[in-house]
Amino acid sequence: MALADFKYGDTIHRCFRCGYCKFPVNWTDVNNCPAYARFRMETYSCGGRLWLTRAWLSDEIGWTDHFAHIMFSCTACKNCEVKCPLRFNVDILNMITAAKGEMVERGMIPAGVKEFLENIQLHGNPYGMAKAKRGEWMEGTGLLPYQGQDYLYYVGCVGSYDTRAQEATKALGAVMQKAGVSFGALGKEELCDGNEVHMMGEKGLFEMVAEKNIAQFGKLGVRGIITLSPHAYNAIKNIYPWYGGQFEVLHQTQVLRDLIRDNKLDISKGFNARVTFHDPCFLGRWSGEYEAARAILRALPGLTLIEMEKNRDSALCCGGGGGNFYIDFLGGSADSPSRRRVREAYETGANVLAVACPTCLTMLEDALKSEELEGKLVVKDISEIVAEACGIAQ
Amino acid sequence: MDSVYEALVKIVGKDHVSNQPEELFIYSWDLGTTEPHRPDYAISPRTTEEIQKIVRLANKERIPIVPLGGGLSLAGLAVPFKGGMLLDLKRMDSIIEVNERARYALVECGVSQGQLTAYLERHYPHLTHSEPGAPPAATIAGNVAIHGQGDLAHPYGFNSDMINGLEIVLPTGEICLFGSCATGVGWFTLHPLPDVGLFLGWNGTTGIITKVSIRLFPCKKIRGIGMFVVADEELVPEIIYKITHTQMAEDIVAASQAIPPFTSELQHFTINIAADSEKELEFKLEMIFDDTLGEYIREGEGGFLGFIRGLQKPQISKTADWRKGGGFEYVGSIMPIEKYPECYRRGKEISERHGIPYTVLGRCIGAAHAMMFSWTYAFNRADEETIKHAREALHETDDLVLELGGTIWKPGVYGQKLVMERLNANTLNLMGKVKQLLDPNGIMNPGNWEVR
Repeated sequence: MALADFKYGDTIHRCFRCGYCKFPVNWTDVNNCPAYARFRMETYSCGGRLWLTRAWLSDEIGWTDHFAHIMFSCTACKNCEVKCPLRFNVDILNMITAAKGEMVERGMIPAGVKEFLENIQLHGNPYGMAKAKRGEWMEGTGLLPYQGQDYLYYVGCVGSYDTRAQEATKALGAVMQKAGVSFGALGKEELCDGNEVHMMGEKGLFEMVAEKNIAQFGKLGVRGIITLSPHAYNAIKNIYPWYGGQFEVLHQTQVLRDLIRDNKLDISKGFNARVTFHDPCFLGRWSGEYEAARAILRALPGLTLIEMEKNRDSALCCGGGGGNFYIDFLGGSADSPSRRRVREAYETGANVLAVACPTCLTMLEDALKSEELEGKLVVKDISEIVAEACGIAQ
Repeated sequence: MDSVYEALVKIVGKDHVSNQPEELFIYSWDLGTTEPHRPDYAISPRTTEEIQKIVRLANKERIPIVPLGGGLSLAGLAVPFKGGMLLDLKRMDSIIEVNERARYALVECGVSQGQLTAYLERHYPHLTHSEPGAPPAATIAGNVAIHGQGDLAHPYGFNSDMINGLEIVLPTGEICLFGSCATGVGWFTLHPLPDVGLFLGWNGTTGIITKVSIRLFPCKKIRGIGMFVVADEELVPEIIYKITHTQMAEDIVAASQAIPPFTSELQHFTINIAADSEKELEFKLEMIFDDTLGEYIREGEGGFLGFIRGLQKPQISKTADWRKGGGFEYVGSIMPIEKYPECYRRGKEISERHGIPYTVLGRCIGAAHAMMFSWTYAFNRADEETIKHAREALHETDDLVLELGGTIWKPGVYGQKLVMERLNANTLNLMGKVKQLLDPNGIMNPGNWEVR
């Protein structure tokens, strides 16, 4: 594809590379682009990627593995889009995603990305694990399969397969069960939501996944969906409508907030801790939901909420988006965004880092170990915190 | 295997050096109209000692070194014209010390303007620094290195006049301290030791600034911008002169631009005012807008446009998108304020000749001792013809600055040549000697200030 044929060919040159895309809103540092924070080369900033994309599509540079690494290390956290002061800011992340898509179409993708996409195609999850194992987390929970209840509990790949994330999956299920929410889960019948596939620019595969999910949800008569993960929340709520999928979609934090507000949960056991909350990108910057989690945390007896300096639309991404929780292009360094983020959390004086995303949960817990902060800081999903406040044994 | 690359990996680690085409492409470009030139290596060091080792390696291998701060001068000052090592210094981003009582901040060379602003707002809200109009990614060290000015230029002068101390890696690798820090007593003053100020305005051709102690100033509780407008550009110098007499303003800027059309050919003043109380604010507003500028309002020559609380963060990068083109560059000059009308008129003519909507701005430095006057030319990065026009307009403006009796601020290579043609011969000779003494192998940012 030549530059002229690129969807954003008449816009991409408008990036000045002024650098706003790297900042949090108050300019604390230039490390709010997770890939730039990791590598600190201009190539890894949003502006760098846009200039490289334009050069690639104009044949000024060729494709290399390194170029692909630069592009796919973008976590699609949307910090750049939110911070860019220019009028075309709504498209700058789309430009990067479209460039990834161009690489996908040409078959020019790094091995890890290929493996990720292949696994989705073959197994319906990025890990390459058997579909049959997807529902194993349900065993012994007493949770019901979806059979026309009010809500489908959509767990997602990370919550289904990752053993640490499964604890959050179960906690949310237990809390909703205790509150009397009418819901069921798909277990091994669940398929990847495709959010990361979309962010990797693999439009064809995403369409296939989305259409399969929409068809399955339709066949089952699903009207409302509760997601554990903000990634699934984003895909189903914000992208599936393009493909005809119209559902009432709630993120777990919105459900828990409402249950607490409506006195459907006994949270009297409280949660005695100093807690700081990490905003997930696909809940915050992508979906504009910053307050539900905070409302929950403020409601719990004994809990003191301490904000990190970089919060809400200035939260530093954990580095897991865009499939990076699997391809791990940002790992292996003290500058990795997940390690930076747990340090930021620890500096607040909190002893619990609360998350509302299974990807953030696994990324930050791994980072905690690398930073040797075990025993000083604990990472917990908000579902686990509420479960403890309700006296639900974990 | 490339032995220089291997040596660099040993110094900074493999994540922080690249000889890959992507990094070499990105670091070949300035954001303005300067033609790109590829470096051979892009390096992001973390410590002064790493820079020292890199400099020694460069001397041994006779490889050029080009230090890069925020990369926002737009004048092509950090383009590796002769290849070599491009040092991206932004990873050296620690705020080492803020001395509240002596009002200074000691920062590493990669600390950005925005970073220091945010740090002071959070930890020392009663202190501020002179923030330039550049995007917040501009660095403190880069700004003082080019004799930048900021929003405290009226009371306190150039940002380079606010330096309390410097740490420099010399072109031969020695680490030198300048100011009180050199005697081991702290970073609170640059004076009164013997003046060896050989590093500012040299575009990194005489050494690499690695630490800067910069003065901080009182930050009052209320800060805002008063706006005033006149139609007659001839009135601008006397208005600036009168406002400076009040000593009530923090920043005085006059500007005019073609877009939007209803502002075209008018001269807009933004006057920053700070106060610790409503009473103080009211007094200052009265002094400036009633007592000083009231006569222009009464005579129908000017208008008060209001006072906005809070300082709008500069978003100068929006200028780049006026033509939906992603590019602009400007010529800055240091000019007597009396030249404002002619600067405006001649700049407008140049813009119109090249089909570029005009944008000019004058910022008062000191008590009207001078102004930084700039002419900005937007271009479309995807349209070579507009880039050519902008480049020609910039060169014509460089010529204009000298014709009008000003000096070019942070000149690019074209402007440097113009300046050197007019420099006092003995001064030029001394510059050559200094350069030869400090950089005997000529490795530092070659192409800039080629005095030999």
